[in-house]
Amino acid sequence: MNRKLLAYPYVVWMIAFILLPLFMVLYYGFTKDDAGHIIFTAEYIKKVFEPIYFSAMVKSFMYAGFATLICLVLAYPLALILASKGGKNSSMLFIFILPMWMNFLLRTYAWLTLLETNNGLINTLLRAMHLPSINIIGTPKAIILGMVYNFLPFMVLPIYNTLVKIDPYILEAAHDLGADSFQRLIRVVFPLSLPGVMSGITMVFMPAVTSFVITNLLGSGKVNLIGNLIEKQFLMTYNWGFGAAMSLILMIIILIAMGFMKKFDKGNLEGGAGRW
Amino acid sequence: MVKKGIERVYLGLILLFLYAPILTLMIFSFNDSKSRAKWGGFTLKWYQSMFNDPIIVKSLYYTLTIALLSAVIATVIGTAAAIGIQAMSRKRRDTIMNVTYLPVLNADIVTGIAFMLFFIGIGLKLGFTTMLLAHITFNIPYVILSILPKLRSMNKFTYEAALDLGATSLMAVRKVILPEIAPNIITGFLLAFTLSLDDFVISYFTAGNGVSNLSITIYTMTRRGIKPEINAISTILFLAILILLLIITKRREKVVRKEKY
Repeated sequence: MNRKLLAYPYVVWMIAFILLPLFMVLYYGFTKDDAGHIIFTAEYIKKVFEPIYFSAMVKSFMYAGFATLICLVLAYPLALILASKGGKNSSMLFIFILPMWMNFLLRTYAWLTLLETNNGLINTLLRAMHLPSINIIGTPKAIILGMVYNFLPFMVLPIYNTLVKIDPYILEAAHDLGADSFQRLIRVVFPLSLPGVMSGITMVFMPAVTSFVITNLLGSGKVNLIGNLIEKQFLMTYNWGFGAAMSLILMIIILIAMGFMKKFDKGNLEGGAGRW
Repeated sequence: MVKKGIERVYLGLILLFLYAPILTLMIFSFNDSKSRAKWGGFTLKWYQSMFNDPIIVKSLYYTLTIALLSAVIATVIGTAAAIGIQAMSRKRRDTIMNVTYLPVLNADIVTGIAFMLFFIGIGLKLGFTTMLLAHITFNIPYVILSILPKLRSMNKFTYEAALDLGATSLMAVRKVILPEIAPNIITGFLLAFTLSLDDFVISYFTAGNGVSNLSITIYTMTRRGIKPEINAISTILFLAILILLLIITKRREKVVRKEKY
């Protein structure tokens, strides 16, 4: 018996449950039932580019992009501080990753408790201190907050991982050559951490751009992003063909972006796969 | 000194941001009043009544059963796959790995609807089976990815030596390869288990009516108001996973130490 045979059950599984389902999306996106005949159509794909839907897509990319930017700005200093505390002591890092193991629907829902306009905890506190209250539930701000909150650890992890791998002698060399600490950060540390930054950006942007739960919960259903539109086609209006077409476009954009990012980020995906 | 102070404040603020919702949730699981805004005194009643709510008990049952089953099956298929893939030629290995990355990289919502269309297409009624199949499928890549790096760094001649000494291929796999990758198999299994436990989007599209895991139940409840029992059960699950993670971290440290010496 050959060892390679061990992979065959998986290969069969992979074809049946990874490739065929994706093929079904392709099939639904490009065909329609015309009086009992299944015919090829580009109608659904065209529909995705109609102004209402296209603007939802653009909006999704803008919100997700904004959330990614905030995550980067918050996470980079955090990763720097954590990495400076010594790479071997990972318990500090652990504390920052831990919240991800609370059910994410509940964590997001808890923000409602905190942010509600009238008797949310934050506004009650603000009122007690005679400060103006904040009303962001149902607005894009709340959605971006939800994205930043949920995906921040995805940015911290890969950046941290590249930072702790930087050879201290390189920093010493830069110091000996007369670079001050700011110059070292900008010209040595940051370029070396770019692979981590890139995979952080991908790992935040991808789930953010396709999220429909955060939008439904914190946007009170008033804001529709591409994820919400896809969900609606399948569970409310039953326009599966159109939903499949939107998913296809989304998938193609994501895979292209991934391929692009992978060029910067050689072999870092494994470390970034999931939360480990 | 000033720098240290700024660093501390910064860490503190981020921790506050990350933990404020979780703490709120945990504290409110002990709240005597049903309201999400008012504190009505300390109580443990939600921790008792959650076991009397049939919907919650049922979704907890489905969540745990599916997490356990899918993790076990994914670990078996994934471990075998990883050993086989490692023995393949580079070209075939790359092809298989590219497909393996698809569910990892793809948006959950796309994976979810792909499963839904597929299951309906082949005439499977959405329910327990479809949800289990979906969970196994998205778990396998994580098992493979936990094991492959170890296989790559292993001494490949030990396996050949076992063959030269008269072991059959299967025996060599069992006696030489499996013991070495055992820690990675366990990590892969635990990873699969927690991923399944936590999944919402893919379950949402593959569960159909009547079957629901905790995440789906919570999502349904958000429209009508979360029952305090859910806060209680999530607090328990969070603590359970915390303990699980501490065990994994300990194991990892042990593995790392072993590899060093």
